[in-house]
Amino acid sequence: MADFGGTDLEAFRAEVRSWVEANFPASLKGKPNPMAREERGSEPTPDQEAWRKAVGAKGWGTPTWPAEYGGGGLSGAQARIVQGEFARAGAYNPIGGMGVMMFGPTLLEYGTEAQKQEHIPPICRGEIAWCQGFSEPGAGSDLASLQTKAEDKGDHFVINGQKIWTSGAQWADWCFCLVRTDTSKKHEGISFVLFTMHQPGVEVRPIPLIAGSSPFCETFFTDARAEKKDLVGPLNGGWTIAKRLLQHERSGLTGAGGGLGSGGKPIEVLAKEYVGLDDQGRLADHDLRTRLVTNAMNMRAFQQTAVRAMVEAKGNASPSSATSIMKNAGTQLIQERHEMALEIMGHQGLGWEGDAFKADELAAVRGWLFGKAFTIFGGSQEVQSNIVSKRILGLPDLTQAK
Amino acid sequence: MAVLTEEQSMLRDAAKSWVQEKSPVTAFRKMRDSGAELGYDVAAWNEMAEMGWAGVIVPEEYGGSNFGYLSLGLVLEELGRTLTASPLIASGLGAASALILGGSEEQKQAWLPKIADGSAVAALAIDEGPHHRPEKVDAKVEGGKLSGKKVFVLEGMAADLFVVSAKSGGAIELYLVKADAAGVSRSKLSLADSRGAANVTFENVAVSDADKLTGGAALLDKVLDRARAGLSAEMLGAALQAFEVTLDYLKTRVQFGQVIGSFQALQHRAAKMFTELELSRSAVEAALTAIDNDAPDTAELVSLAKAKMGDTFHLVSNEMVQMHGGIGMTDAHDAGFYLKRARAAEAAFGNQAFHRDRYARIQGY
Repeated sequence: MADFGGTDLEAFRAEVRSWVEANFPASLKGKPNPMAREERGSEPTPDQEAWRKAVGAKGWGTPTWPAEYGGGGLSGAQARIVQGEFARAGAYNPIGGMGVMMFGPTLLEYGTEAQKQEHIPPICRGEIAWCQGFSEPGAGSDLASLQTKAEDKGDHFVINGQKIWTSGAQWADWCFCLVRTDTSKKHEGISFVLFTMHQPGVEVRPIPLIAGSSPFCETFFTDARAEKKDLVGPLNGGWTIAKRLLQHERSGLTGAGGGLGSGGKPIEVLAKEYVGLDDQGRLADHDLRTRLVTNAMNMRAFQQTAVRAMVEAKGNASPSSATSIMKNAGTQLIQERHEMALEIMGHQGLGWEGDAFKADELAAVRGWLFGKAFTIFGGSQEVQSNIVSKRILGLPDLTQAK
Repeated sequence: MAVLTEEQSMLRDAAKSWVQEKSPVTAFRKMRDSGAELGYDVAAWNEMAEMGWAGVIVPEEYGGSNFGYLSLGLVLEELGRTLTASPLIASGLGAASALILGGSEEQKQAWLPKIADGSAVAALAIDEGPHHRPEKVDAKVEGGKLSGKKVFVLEGMAADLFVVSAKSGGAIELYLVKADAAGVSRSKLSLADSRGAANVTFENVAVSDADKLTGGAALLDKVLDRARAGLSAEMLGAALQAFEVTLDYLKTRVQFGQVIGSFQALQHRAAKMFTELELSRSAVEAALTAIDNDAPDTAELVSLAKAKMGDTFHLVSNEMVQMHGGIGMTDAHDAGFYLKRARAAEAAFGNQAFHRDRYARIQGY
């Protein structure tokens, strides 16, 4: 690997290290990020709040975003140092969510100066939670057939319709939303608007899923109001912005971890514990062993591809074609791991709740079920395959998707 | 594609244009039809050697360019595209690695310059049975005599020199044995992929310490890993070409009044192949880079590359035939060449099962 350790960077590392030492509350060391929990019922503790505010004020939760909008203004190399120092101290990044992952980068690219000044700093400080109003009951894979309507009322729009799978809508302060502003066209009749969730015309109903509770909601708009100043991009020009945002979403959904994403033990370790080794040091279940190692190797190749795509994006002029495959490849591998975790645990991998099962075992069941969403949301596996066929391989398109 | 240095880009571009001009698949077909004794076109090999490709990994003091394994992989990828047959992997990669890593000064002086300029061909004589099991060696050296039978020796008919694995005092060692030494006999294998290979018998061949390489079983492992990674690069090129030819066919073949590439059943299979090719490229480049850096996890990265590339070439070569339909079954079409080459390359230096097992063992399960 290249050596990024110039003297300036080493000085920066020392600065970050002493800042983390001074600001990270010892009580949070090694604790999971409270934002990663599916249910955010409990109020944050004073230490959690203090850590969020400290990181938010530095802009280091969004390290590479421009400092003028509250980001860290750091280079990639500096951002990696921040990440590394947080990890070294057992600290999580308290700034996250859809604002950071999808909406912020999109607004930085397409928003007006006033919009960026208004909306980006609260994201950097972790003050505002955003939700995504994209899918509708009749517009899933065919997202552009969405019907939620925005009527022009001079200085504002009036919005009527229904969204679904609005993750985190029950906790969200604001919504970035795709609305129909022209019924005579499909893709060219969609606009991208922002509005507050704290208004009478917005009703949110959580949707219980096969895994039990979930962050997904149905969201109903009855004469909800969006200000004209919160239209992002041109009227009827929202589809281009939506596609860009979906790229950010997909790149965040590949799950390139290698574990099950819940911080549990890797399934190779679980397999040794539950299945055991034979007298030659191989997993006693040879059928499982073959599938497990195949998955592990594919996971490694996937991680190598993520690294390659990153390096190529920096070193070569044209974008890496590797990025287009990442969502499908990554989500399928993670799902396989979830399936194998259950298989490895046997009967102990079937518990729904109760003391007869260890926390790991219960988490494996819920993770397996929730993991089925990975190949559906953010563009289903089939839609991703359509995109690769059409945009990368240049095969003819019969779906008129754009 | 990895980010390349200027020298690497030039090397790859030179290989690309030479392959397109001088060694298209029609050249391979001509070689196959002519029943070439050695399984490659000697004139073409001489041109390749003149361009320095046989010495890409050889240090400069022995007549090479010392560009490294990733660089050689770039050449092999281009050669793989058109199935160009040559002793480059056996000689300029496998045997050259054995000498570079385990040769004495005298041994290097004697052979590396000739390997690098193509005037000598050297080959690895390792396998003894139907499967690649390099740790199972029956060939023996006793009282200064080497005896044993080696099979599936790539470029075995062309070789001037064999690098032979044999047990001496119970331990695996590698020996240099000249093909014209007394007691060496070989028989040509006629293989489905039309490439050069032989079974070689060693009967009381005189060997001394001066013929032994230093490093034993660990050296053998390292040499094989270099051959595996290079072969994976050749397979990458072949699989890419097979895929691109198939993709072109999907865009031009009309049935039911439309090009067959408009059918989603075929589109998604094409997307799957593209995905596997991207993952495979990452694995192959990572393995070659690990060798260049002498990384501690080289063995597992090489097994990953060979297994992944084997699965992908297997898939793509099958799909090439299937998606071409009847025309893909004909000898006049190139699809069969890629299918045959895929299976031979998969088997060489360990198939997918071998490398999955090896990877799992390294991981401790």
